[in-house]
Amino acid sequence: MPFEPVPANKITHQVDINTSPSWVDEPLLRVEDLKAYFFMDEGIVKAVDGVSFNVYPGKVIGIVGESGCGKSVTMKAILRILEPSAKIVSGKVTLRRRLNSEDPNSLEELIELTSQHPNSKIMRKIRGAEIALIPQEPMAAFSPVHTVGNQIMETILLHQDVSKQEAREIAIEVFRSVGISMPEQRIDSYSWELSGGLRQRAIIAMALSCNPRLLIADEPTTAIDVTTQAQILKLLRGLQEERQTAIIFITHDLGVIAQMADEVVVMYLGMVMEKASVNTIFKHAQHPYTQALLRSIPSMQSESRVKLPTIAGSIAHPFNRPKGCPFHPRCGHFMQGVCNANQPKLVEIGKEHYVSCFLYSDETIPSASPLTEKNK
Amino acid sequence: MDSKEEPTELPIMENPDHPDLEEVDGVVPVPPTFPDDSASATEELLVANQEEERISIASNWTLVWWRFRKNKLAVLSGLILIFLVIIVLVPEFFATMDPEDTDARLAFIPIQSVHWIDEGRLKPWVPGVVGKRDPVTLKMIWTVDENEKVYIKLFAEGYSYKILSLIDSNIHLIGAADPEQAGKVFLLGTDRLGRDQWSRLAYATRISMTIGMISVGVSIILGLILGGISGYFGGWPDMLIQRLIELLQSLPTIPIWLALTAALPRTWSPEKVFFAITIILALRGWTTLAREVRGRFLSLREEDFVLAAELAGCSQARIIMVHMIPTFTSHIIATSTLAIPVMIVTETSLSFLGLGLRPPAISWGVMLQEAQNIQTLALAPWLLLPGVVVIVAVLVFNLVGDGLRDAADPYSN
Amino acid sequence: MSDAIEPAGVARQPSVKPAMHRQSSSTPLLLEVKGLKKYFPIHKGLMRKVVNQVRAVDDISFFVREGETLGLVGESGCGKTTASRCILRAFPATSGEILFREADGTVTDLAKLDRPGLRRFRPQLQMIFQDPFGSLNPRMTIFDIVGEPMYVNGLKNRTERTDRVAELLKLVGLRPEFMRRYPHAFSGGQRQRIGIARALALNPRMVVADEPVSALDVSVQAQVLNLMLDLQEKLQLTYLFVAHDLSVVKHISDRVCVMYVGKIVEMAATEELFYTPYHPYTAALMMAVPVPDPSKRDIIQDLPGEVASPANPPSGCYFHPRCEYAQEICRTQTPELRELSPDHFVSCHRAEELKLAGIK
Repeated sequence: MPFEPVPANKITHQVDINTSPSWVDEPLLRVEDLKAYFFMDEGIVKAVDGVSFNVYPGKVIGIVGESGCGKSVTMKAILRILEPSAKIVSGKVTLRRRLNSEDPNSLEELIELTSQHPNSKIMRKIRGAEIALIPQEPMAAFSPVHTVGNQIMETILLHQDVSKQEAREIAIEVFRSVGISMPEQRIDSYSWELSGGLRQRAIIAMALSCNPRLLIADEPTTAIDVTTQAQILKLLRGLQEERQTAIIFITHDLGVIAQMADEVVVMYLGMVMEKASVNTIFKHAQHPYTQALLRSIPSMQSESRVKLPTIAGSIAHPFNRPKGCPFHPRCGHFMQGVCNANQPKLVEIGKEHYVSCFLYSDETIPSASPLTEKNK
Repeated sequence: MDSKEEPTELPIMENPDHPDLEEVDGVVPVPPTFPDDSASATEELLVANQEEERISIASNWTLVWWRFRKNKLAVLSGLILIFLVIIVLVPEFFATMDPEDTDARLAFIPIQSVHWIDEGRLKPWVPGVVGKRDPVTLKMIWTVDENEKVYIKLFAEGYSYKILSLIDSNIHLIGAADPEQAGKVFLLGTDRLGRDQWSRLAYATRISMTIGMISVGVSIILGLILGGISGYFGGWPDMLIQRLIELLQSLPTIPIWLALTAALPRTWSPEKVFFAITIILALRGWTTLAREVRGRFLSLREEDFVLAAELAGCSQARIIMVHMIPTFTSHIIATSTLAIPVMIVTETSLSFLGLGLRPPAISWGVMLQEAQNIQTLALAPWLLLPGVVVIVAVLVFNLVGDGLRDAADPYSN
Repeated sequence: MSDAIEPAGVARQPSVKPAMHRQSSSTPLLLEVKGLKKYFPIHKGLMRKVVNQVRAVDDISFFVREGETLGLVGESGCGKTTASRCILRAFPATSGEILFREADGTVTDLAKLDRPGLRRFRPQLQMIFQDPFGSLNPRMTIFDIVGEPMYVNGLKNRTERTDRVAELLKLVGLRPEFMRRYPHAFSGGQRQRIGIARALALNPRMVVADEPVSALDVSVQAQVLNLMLDLQEKLQLTYLFVAHDLSVVKHISDRVCVMYVGKIVEMAATEELFYTPYHPYTAALMMAVPVPDPSKRDIIQDLPGEVASPANPPSGCYFHPRCEYAQEICRTQTPELRELSPDHFVSCHRAEELKLAGIK
């Protein structure tokens, strides 16, 4: 069904957080059954097919998955920066937005991001001030012809009512807070003059410059060395505790997840396989994919030169998503006639522990044809 | 993502072929999750049908063709291009009479209108023309005589010729039904010397297109060799060749062309002049391609598969010919196709100015030379038709070249 | 709710014989590298004068015993990739010796050979590349890719080559019919297998693997690593395994060499290195790797400063600006690689006194 954007500024609520106790438990970001499909000449790619999770203020939620699982597309869908060939087909993303981002006691409202036009004023206000993105490639994220200071100041000036000089001072301050030494000089350098670690810090600085309540970190440490990664992870942890920023941390590295996340969402081919607290995932994972993933990763604690248990086969091409549960062709617990017939629903099997697997529940998602359809 | 072309109905993924999965009471026992067994068995799942097989054994050219096919405009242009190439191969088939047949009495006959119906049946004919000299101006006035019907038909007999200089024939695409009246059909009128324009246009197509294609061909060879040496070996050959390219590119083209073609001796035969023009055009055209080839070689030298070939013991010649060049052949073809119209227009312009090919050679430019003054244009505007053909040819080459380039470049989307 | 359902048959993991029992000090050395240096000149100015050198590989010495896997690990700029390509003579070394022992016992210095002289050695030393997408020629079929080494080394008969290619594909876990296809039809993991098949085509004695699993999905990494372990046993291969991922290196290596800014800082048997490291950088590296265990948070120790630049390395010990144990001597004198305990080499002035923590 085609997605029709609703006129901008469709506000649902406007409530003062301090006086309304029912909002204390309200998640900062609520993603409900989000579906985003790519419409290409060759067919439809269901990149994100029914993803739900909640992000609470000050918490870190880790999204784990391999290539093709849809984690990056989910983030782009939340921020409404999807490519033109992709559309949000259904689902809802709701954000608790501050009306005045510079005031810590500001009133808040609940706003449906999926109903806004991607280019609307409200979305542009939200990007940067409410939700900030730390992209994967720091080199690609900075313009090579502007100094890093210029770019950060641009962000600040867009969202805050300050003068240019004040913006510069804020930028220097935020550089300092991410651990960049000599910030007054560094602010006038170009991104290619900085080393990998410094660039990553600069990107984090830019993301934090307007005090967003939610940070989306898209594989922020994949492209950097392990010692630099340790520094960046420590930095993020510190900033998160200090500013109580919520973080959506996207990565494929389970070690990083174990260190950073409070809650974990495991994705595979566009769907959520398992969702639980980080301890539960690592100690009591229930979904066969999660279990297999945890077992197949070499870790320094395990014995050398011992063959790892592997997951058979390889990840299906998104065009070729299997009918039924997307993981079933590789699953050790495959049940003929069950797993390849319908998609399992994400059900709660323990305290805050959700799994989508027929081993634990018979509930299914009524599926439209899982085969790719020609775009008519 | 690997590029996938043309999947129609994609398979339902099941693993009935998994060797270890046999049903036991409706629940399948666990296959071992250890390697060297399940890995290969589940490879089967990845290619379960003909469609994927077809795509996986598709070579690069097949993929390029599939992508090209989707561009309808390019395909249409391609068909027109093929038609032009057929004209190039057998212009005599398309001509109605010998292009050199001059008859001053038949000068400036306008385009004859083709009447399709005669006596209620489909029997195309053109009216005969009767000339009368105006007693005052002594100019020939042509009046159309509707009574004299010259019937035309397809595949008529006409003057004899040799297809590709090999096979004798005398069949032409269109001609007078009665061979005796062959000299009376002027589908596009005549010029100042009474020569049939339609026939001349066919012959001109051959010359103009061939010059374009051959000079681009020579450019490709020069560009590949010199660009390849430059890029692969580096060092001082690279320096030398790059300076040469810069020198050539800094020379203003039009004056150089004019000077070179004007320097050709007047006594040379048309064939010699043709050959010389081709070389002159190619001398400047190779530089751009050489630069691109050099760039490609420089980047390819760093590719892992080139290193793998070296480690396997391949000779340098083999690496260049088998590994490097094929990776950008499609790009070369695409850019060359875009270079041909430039050559065509150049030759046309030069000949139009009287500095390129000269009569008795026939090219679009030579034909257009007849339409140089206002007087002629006022009297016989149909002499400008070769210009229209030039436009069509250039358009068609450009569209095909663009389509090829987009199809060959996987990152164009 | 029920506990995690353990798949049956996961009782005992099959293992390849542990390192200690596979090599002894009497096993002959297949490769010995002495004093290898590779400097890249930096040109500046109109006349392209050489103003500085990038010391990618700065005087390293190590050895690989026959049949073992030596892991070469380090961060970006440490020179591990340059060293591995130098050994294979992808380009000439600036100085040093690369001593290779052939099957009949003759030892040759590969660094001194010219192109024709190297031809004889090509079949014995092969490489597996990092990028599964760049290491296979997209215009050639799998048959051409895997069969080419054989073709250029004399096996012109097409039927024989087809048989051999089929054999190799089966060996790496792919169906022989795949040889008709082009690389674009395969996933990253499969392409790596094809690359491995190509490397094995000439029955090499030594295979240099340059980050072979870094570009693969996590679930596929294990498959390829297992395959490499299998092949090593079947074909008695010797591996030089270059990687930046410590867990992967620990998993596959018998011995490990740690590099930093072009120098080797430590070299020892795997278990020994990981449990009792002698060099502060090694210890710091291990501390920095995030452990996939949420109960062990805040164990990440970060190292101050940035990785030094090989174009402008610090004086003395290259690591001293970031080392918490640095002393005056570390600033002035570059330490030598020395054998502190049997088969455990380290280049640190203070190695004897320091009691460093390894993994627990």
